[in-house]
Parts: sequence; structure tokens; C-alpha cells
Amino acid sequence: MALLSFQNVSKTYNNVTKALQDVTFSIEEGEFVSIIGPSGAGKSTLLRCINRLVDASQGTIFFDGHNVTLSKKKELRELRTKTAMIFQHYNLVDRLSVVENVLHGRLGQKSTISGAAGHYTEEEKKEAFRIIQEMGLEEQAYKRCDELSGGQKQRVGIARAIMQHPKLILCDEPIASLDPKSSKVIMDHLKSINQTKNITCLVNLHQVDVAIKYSERIIGVTAGKIVYDGPTSGLTKDMIHEIYQSSEHDLITDVQG
Amino acid sequence: MINETVAMAERVPLREKSHSEVDVERFISRSRKGKIKIGAKSKSQLAVKLLVLVLLGITIFAFFTFDYQGIDFAKAVSDTLHNIKTVFLEPELTRDTVGGVLYQLLVTFCLGTLSTIIGAVLAFFCSLLCARNLAHPVCVNIIKSVVAVARAVPTVLWVLIFAVSAGLGSVAAVAGLTFHSFAYLTKAYAESIEEMDPGIIEALKANGARYWQIVCQAILPSTITSMVAWTFMRFEINFANAVAMGAAAGAGGIGFNLFMAGNFYFDLHEMGLLTYIVVIAVVILEMISTKIKAKVK
Amino acid sequence: MQKTMDVFKKRKLTYTLVFLAFIAIFAGASIVAEFNPVDGIASFPVAIQWIATNLIPDAAAMERLPKILSELAETALLSVAVTVVAAVLAFFFSLLGSNITRINGILKRIVRIVAAFFRNVPDVVWAMLLMFSFGQNVLTGFFALFFTTFGLLTRAFIETIEEVSSNCVEALDATGANFFQKVFQGIFPSSLPGITTWVLYMIETNIRSSTLIGILTATGIGYLFDLYYKRLDFASASLVVLSIVILVLVIETVSNKIRKVIL
Repeated sequence: MALLSFQNVSKTYNNVTKALQDVTFSIEEGEFVSIIGPSGAGKSTLLRCINRLVDASQGTIFFDGHNVTLSKKKELRELRTKTAMIFQHYNLVDRLSVVENVLHGRLGQKSTISGAAGHYTEEEKKEAFRIIQEMGLEEQAYKRCDELSGGQKQRVGIARAIMQHPKLILCDEPIASLDPKSSKVIMDHLKSINQTKNITCLVNLHQVDVAIKYSERIIGVTAGKIVYDGPTSGLTKDMIHEIYQSSEHDLITDVQG
Repeated sequence: MINETVAMAERVPLREKSHSEVDVERFISRSRKGKIKIGAKSKSQLAVKLLVLVLLGITIFAFFTFDYQGIDFAKAVSDTLHNIKTVFLEPELTRDTVGGVLYQLLVTFCLGTLSTIIGAVLAFFCSLLCARNLAHPVCVNIIKSVVAVARAVPTVLWVLIFAVSAGLGSVAAVAGLTFHSFAYLTKAYAESIEEMDPGIIEALKANGARYWQIVCQAILPSTITSMVAWTFMRFEINFANAVAMGAAAGAGGIGFNLFMAGNFYFDLHEMGLLTYIVVIAVVILEMISTKIKAKVK
Repeated sequence: MQKTMDVFKKRKLTYTLVFLAFIAIFAGASIVAEFNPVDGIASFPVAIQWIATNLIPDAAAMERLPKILSELAETALLSVAVTVVAAVLAFFFSLLGSNITRINGILKRIVRIVAAFFRNVPDVVWAMLLMFSFGQNVLTGFFALFFTTFGLLTRAFIETIEEVSSNCVEALDATGANFFQKVFQGIFPSSLPGITTWVLYMIETNIRSSTLIGILTATGIGYLFDLYYKRLDFASASLVVLSIVILVLVIETVSNKIRKVIL
């Protein structure tokens, strides 16, 4: 059975704006899938429907054998611990240390009081440090997050996600605010997590070339509808132009072979 | 730039990773009990903790040292609740007429307006003299210190001080209110000017513009938004202060009616109605000033 | 060219109109308030001259210093205690009223209305109201200041929380954190600088307000000033003013230092 499946999902904001229309697809465990499309196409909404930061208006979403759309409080919390999220603006608590932010990945599994008070077990702390080291941030571990560069912040974001032991990582434009060099570091980390830890990755991107380079499968979204869903190799120039609804010359990015 | 990302893929190898436990240990700080620390190592964290402790300490100390004069707390609270009920749930005009009260509200409004306008005009010129990017440092420091002292004096004391020489009444009220708003606005305006992009003034200076040309063509247009916002904020404060001055310093307006109802006739019903009128007026002022602030932007 | 001329003309016209409107408002307000601008301007030099000659502490006033200082200390303690208690309550209250925690839409409305109510009822009304039941007691001042401080801080904290913590709360939501975990691991640490700034500012403001309330309720440092002032003992009154000024300036300086370290 697929890890994640969308069945005829639609989302309408304030009964007017149609963000998603009749979206159906499924993702197998261990896949690395990129979602591409122009801004405002509904990519963010799609990701947020999975962990219910946004509630779908119609249709059903299955994750790991559970119907996400019906999940109540406790199930929802469980679902969220299994789906980590990485954000464009990192969404760290800037005034806390790197370690504390990474440990936030455990909050969903902790009791209210120890989580609120920030009491973690020695095991959890050690693991946090191990992950921080994997991300190459050990020197920064005790720094406050507002002292870090954008690329470093995003690596903290990834560390927080790994700390959750998720089955699926949702990445919402993870490199949109980064320079090319940091972008590469981040994408490489995501790819390596996907391969070594067998964590499924669903990545929103608006750089077509990056999507092609890193993913096996691409989903193209335009105006809330899936217009392409298939292997990276099947994505033609014409298809890209259809996704971005542009004529040949408008597009800045072009497929490199 | 996007293609660069891909091009970079070949050039930058992924970080070498070493997974030995000993290696991580070098970067871990432990408490005396051997537990791993997780908090940020920064001065500010310590300062925050210290501040919280000091403030809590002072608060607890304060509650122990207050002279409560053996008050019957339970009775006082139940009396208060009863009075609150009378004031807010049974408002009624017994002594004044509606027209009279509204006129007094207008007087209060006018006191607030006058002191804001005079204070703002004076503060604008004064802020030119004490903005660090415009004026001489000595001049800046002197004016800023004087203004800080003037701000530290409570408004009511200014009103009472002016009342000695001008007599109780609108002159003392406006003068006292003006003094405080002048001091407040000078600081606020000067800060807005200091936040300005230094390039704008430089460019005009390079053009050979005169002082007043710079003021009118550069400073005024680029700071007007924040100045208007500050002025309206101050106007709201001045209105509230004008009510208070009427009550505490006999400066006229609806505050004086409140004082008479509360402290002279002990008429809680009337106090309630007057309070509602003031609250409604304040809310309307807040809405108007939000609208105007949005328009100037 | 024609168009740019129009823009300049238009701007000049707007400026002129705004200027004239202000003159009209000023004139109208002066008439209603029976304020004579000439008298007003004339009062400034007179008052300053009067301050310079009369508001100077003398030897007799210095004898009253211990009493003044003890009242001053009580005022300072009162302002801190009021602000701290109000801030703690306002923080939890503001959580209910902010858009970020999304607890309950109706509750949010209610919180905001209650905060607006406490903020906008003048502190003099609270003072007089409490006078009836608490009398000339330190608690009268405490509660009068408390209600307004609570209302003000609730609004301020709601704004701070919404400005600062929406992003990190989203992230904590995504990890499965629950309400209290989000509050103490996300909202509180990120809004701490804003909260500190407001608390320090309110302490300073409350010292000034407690003077006013003291005059009205015959308590604390305000009463002392009023007493000397009505006895025409301006030397002692000036010592009161001076001590308040020094206290406020000290608090202002200390808060600026603290803010610099914390931010």
C-alpha cells in the first residue's frame, strides 16, 4: 500500500479561491518526489493538507494506512510526529539555541509538562548532537539561531525534522531564500537522508533544474490541478511550458539535456 | 543563478562526515551533574533570567511591605464589585444634562487638540535641533537631556505648576499637557529623523540645497508617516490625560464632571454614564486615527 | 510636463488645505476651551521664571527628605508589583486573544473587547471607584493602576505575539506540539524581548500615573506633593518633583541598558 495517497482532494479558501481542484496521486515509501509549478499554484496548500496545517475541503488523504482527513486530536498529533516539515523561512525559534530547536522535533512525542518546560532525556540530547554533527553544525550547537546564516538555519530545520524520526518529510520551498551554494548543500542533505535513512521526501520547488537533478519523479501543478505526474525523464520542454503556462522565451530556466 | 546551483553540484563535494562519539563530545557542554546543557550560551539569556528574578523578588517584597492598614479585604472586594455593578450596569444622568455633558466632552477634546497641535509644532522644530544626523552633538545632548527631564515629570505636576502662575483653568491645562507632549514628541520625531536613509540628505546637500530646503524636501516627506502616527498616538494620550487633568487638577472638561460625580456627590450612576461617554469617545478617536494613519501611508 | 506641474500644484494645494484646516481647528478649539493663545504663550516664560525662583528645595524641605524618600520607595515598589502581576495575567490573556493560538473565535473577540474596556476606562474612574471601598489604602492605587495596565499590556502582548511568533508556531504545530508546548517553547521565547520592553515601559509610566492617582485618592507620593502644594510649601513640593524625576530617569536609564543586552 502506498505511504501517501490523495483521492480527489480539493481546497477552497473562503468559498472563493480554489487552491486545489480534484487532486489525486500517491507516493510509495522511499520516493523522492518534487512538486513544481508557478507561485500561487497551490503547492504549499497541497503539502499543508497532509499534516493538516490546512484542512482539505473535499476528498480524502491516506497516510500510512490512516485517513488523515478524519483524524481527531490525538491521531492528528501522532500523524504530525510522523510527517516532519521544512519551511522556506526555516521557522525556527530564533532566540533559542540550535540544540533546543533541534530538540523541538521531539515535542510531539513528549508529555505536555516536560515538553513545555524543555526537559529532554540524555538520550534525546545525545541524538540531537549526533544529528547536528551530521549536518555539520557542531560548532554552532550552542549559538542562538538568529546568529546563523540562512543555509545554517535551514540545516537546523532539517535536523529538527530528522529528530522526529519521520516517515515523510515535507519540504516547502526549502531553498527559495538561499544562495546557490547553500541550496546545493541543503538539497544534497535531503537526498542523502532519503537514501540512507529511507525517509520519503516530498519537496516543493520552483527551480525546475533542481527538481530534475534531484528527484526521480516530478509532479507539476498549475492552478490547483496536477498537469504532470511521472518520472523525471518524461518531463519534456513543452510540458514545463504547460506547467508554467509560459511561451518558450519567457521562461528563465530551461532543461539542461 | 538557478543554473549555477546545478553547476555547483559538481564542484562542491558533500561535507566529510566523521561519526565518532568522541568527536561530538568535544562540542557538548555538561552541567556539574553531568547532564548535557541545551540552552544558548549568551549574555542575554542570563540577563533575562536575572531580570525576571529581580522583578519577581521586588513584587513579593512589595506585597510584604505594603501598609495595608488592616483592611478587611473580602468586604472591600465585595463592596468594589457592588460599586462596579452600579457604575457600569446602572448608568444614569441625574445631575447634568446630555447637552451639557457632551459640551464638556467637546471641551476635553479641544484641550487635547490644542496641546497636541502646539506640542507637535514645537517638537518638530526642536527635533531638528536634536536629531543626531542633523545637529551638532553638543546641541543634541543638551536638548535630549532637557527633554528627558521634562518627560519624567508627571503631566499632572506640570498642570499644577502652571496653575500657580496662570491660575487653574484652560491655560494651565493646555500648557501643562503641552509640556509633556512636547517632550514626548520631540524624542519620537528625533528618532524618526535619525532612522532616515542618510543618502537622501547627502544627495540634497551635494546639490547645494539650503537647510530649509533639505527640511522641506527631504526630511518632511520621508518622515511624515511616522510623525503622523506618533502625533495621533500622542493625541489619544492627550485626550485621556485631559480627562484625568479635569479630575485631578480641576482643569475643566468632562474630567471635572467625573470628579464632581465621584468625589463630591458620590453619584455612582452618573459616574457610570460619564465613563461610558469617555470610553465611546476614546474608541471613536482610536478608529479615526487608525483611518488617518492608513491614509497618510 | 503638464502632468508634473499638476502633481506639484496638487501637492501644494493639499498642503495649503491641511495647513488652513489646522488653523481652523486650532481657532475653534481655542474658543470652545476658552483658551487664549496669547495668554498661553505668555504663561510659558512666567512659569519658567516662577519654577526657577520658587521650585528650589531649601533646608526646611531637606528635613522632609526621609518621608519623601519612603513614599517614593513605596511608589516604586507599587509600580513594579502592579506591572509584574498585570503582565503575567495579560500574557495568558493575550494568548486567548491572539490569532496565532487559534483557540476559539468567540473567546478571541471577548478577550479583545475586555482588554479594550480596561484600557479605555480612565484610571481616575477606577481610582474614585475603589476609593469608596478600599479608602485611602495602597490597594486603591494598586487596583486602579492594575486595571489600566492589564488592558494596555494585553493589547500590546497580542500585537507582539502576532508579529513575532507566527512562523515558529507553524513549525511547532507541524512537529505535533500541543498548546502549552507551543506557548513555552515557541511563543514565549520569541516574544520575550517585546514583552520586556513593554513591562519596563509600563513600570516607568505607572510611576507617573501613581502620582496622579495619589493626588486623587490622597495616597502615596502624589498626596505628599498635593499636601505641600496646597500649603504653598513649594520648596518641599519641588523636592517631591525632583525625586520623582530622578527615579523615572534612573528607571529609564536602567531599562535602556537592559534592553540593549536582551535584544
